[in-house]
Amino acid sequence: MTDVAIIGVGLHPFGRTPDRSGLDQGVYAVREALKDAGIQWKDVQVAYGGSMDGGDAEAIVNQLGLTSLQFTNIWNGCATGGSSLSAAHNAIKAGAADIALAVGFDKHSPGAFNPDPASLGLPAWYGETGMMLTPQFFAMKLQRYMHEHAISVETLSLVAEKAFHNGSLNPGAWRRHALSREDIASSPMVCDPLRKYMFCSPAEGGAALILCRGDIARRYTTKPVWLKAAVVRGRHYGSFEVYSPCIARELAPSATVTAARDAFELAGIGPGDVDVLQLQDTESGAEIMHMAENGFCEHGEQEHLIRSGVTAIGGAMPVNTDGGCLANGEPIGASGLRQIYEICIQLRGQAGKRQVPNNPQVGYTHVYGAPGVSGVTVLQR
Amino acid sequence: MKPIDPGLLTGLPSKPSLLGSRCTACGEHFFPVQKGCANCSSDDLQTVDLGSRGTLWTWTVQRFAPKPPYLGDPNSFEAYGVGYVEMPSGVKVESRLLGLGEDDWTIGMAMQLELEPVVVQGGATDLVTYAFRALRKECCND
Ligand SMILES: [Zn+2]
Repeated sequence: MTDVAIIGVGLHPFGRTPDRSGLDQGVYAVREALKDAGIQWKDVQVAYGGSMDGGDAEAIVNQLGLTSLQFTNIWNGCATGGSSLSAAHNAIKAGAADIALAVGFDKHSPGAFNPDPASLGLPAWYGETGMMLTPQFFAMKLQRYMHEHAISVETLSLVAEKAFHNGSLNPGAWRRHALSREDIASSPMVCDPLRKYMFCSPAEGGAALILCRGDIARRYTTKPVWLKAAVVRGRHYGSFEVYSPCIARELAPSATVTAARDAFELAGIGPGDVDVLQLQDTESGAEIMHMAENGFCEHGEQEHLIRSGVTAIGGAMPVNTDGGCLANGEPIGASGLRQIYEICIQLRGQAGKRQVPNNPQVGYTHVYGAPGVSGVTVLQR
Repeated sequence: MKPIDPGLLTGLPSKPSLLGSRCTACGEHFFPVQKGCANCSSDDLQTVDLGSRGTLWTWTVQRFAPKPPYLGDPNSFEAYGVGYVEMPSGVKVESRLLGLGEDDWTIGMAMQLELEPVVVQGGATDLVTYAFRALRKECCND
């Protein structure tokens, strides 16, 4: 089987950049990634990219050059970035290209997303009566989880406190001011039990990754990051996912559980081998639930692990070292690729003040999006 | 008085109850009415009455005004509850919850379906939707 390496990474800072379109932020990220890989745009043979509000990702070729490459627009909700990466990975594995691009960018207006129910095959009344909102889903999944697994409200604040602390160490983050657990616990309630500073916000940004056939990777870099697995999985019957007017009688594990299990199996690496990880933290409860769903602990163990600092930058299982979605915000097209960018920077030892001190060899990323799509990667130095 | 969707409710106006689907092949229940079975792929589904009582499975409160397609007026927004109610068949239906500030919602509590007027920008209509409220012990004899 062909090995696949990431040889170049690029990021346009997340947050708000009023003078630059979403598309331009995507172009910026691609130029950074090309520079990082030491290649030209004409060297890229196939590209996958996505954006929700920034236009078709393909439109970046107008600025980068019309080289006749096959560019496929990807749309998979918040899992768009993970899906673009998976497609690029598969193209190289299949021998269709030696060098591939995965790119994502976005520029959302403030406030929660408001999709058209019909676009997800749902009835109009579901949106009209105010039930089709992602914050509600996160809150209700969490409320049930806290009930079943004895997770405390205080732990929700601890996760957010860690995120903003990590963000304060990351010059590319949107929110770079640390917040105390008291600030977080006293911020306004949004969807019980989640408060304002426990949620990430829709934002702007761009991210790009250059992938290449493993046997030629060292032509371009002395520090390739090996993409050991890139897996995307959808809903199971019975899993509790976003935008569901009903949930089945018997519950099944989420898409994340299957994606994680399959990725670890493909990589031949287990959760215990991972030194640094990124987990979708659309809100602080999501990070907690995703720790267990991805196989990094048992359900309910998070309470103790988080309190003892295991998920902090200096801990044994550092989670969301760049501040995650909470400190970076969520430009949907770019968010999943930002996670992989951060792991590559950590594995190369280039993360500066937020560098994990454990000489990391193996990294992991997990993105989750509507209507229940999970994309994970296992990365190795 | 008119339901917001003609296929949503039965027993109007006095004994409202939720309509859903039951798969004749595997027996699974769905809400709202579906054309295909998400469990076994069968397209042989029958419309059934899912009932009007259940237990609260999870809940939250929507404390900010949603953007459209939500029909309510953002300027006169009032927070409302949302939850999943487990019906006798075991299917959990997502619903608005009535009684914010009056009832302490707890997982496992008994819930009763009611009709709720749909408030739109510009005032009331004759549209109604379904909602659940905590079941008061004194309310019902059956
Ligand atoms: Zn069936």
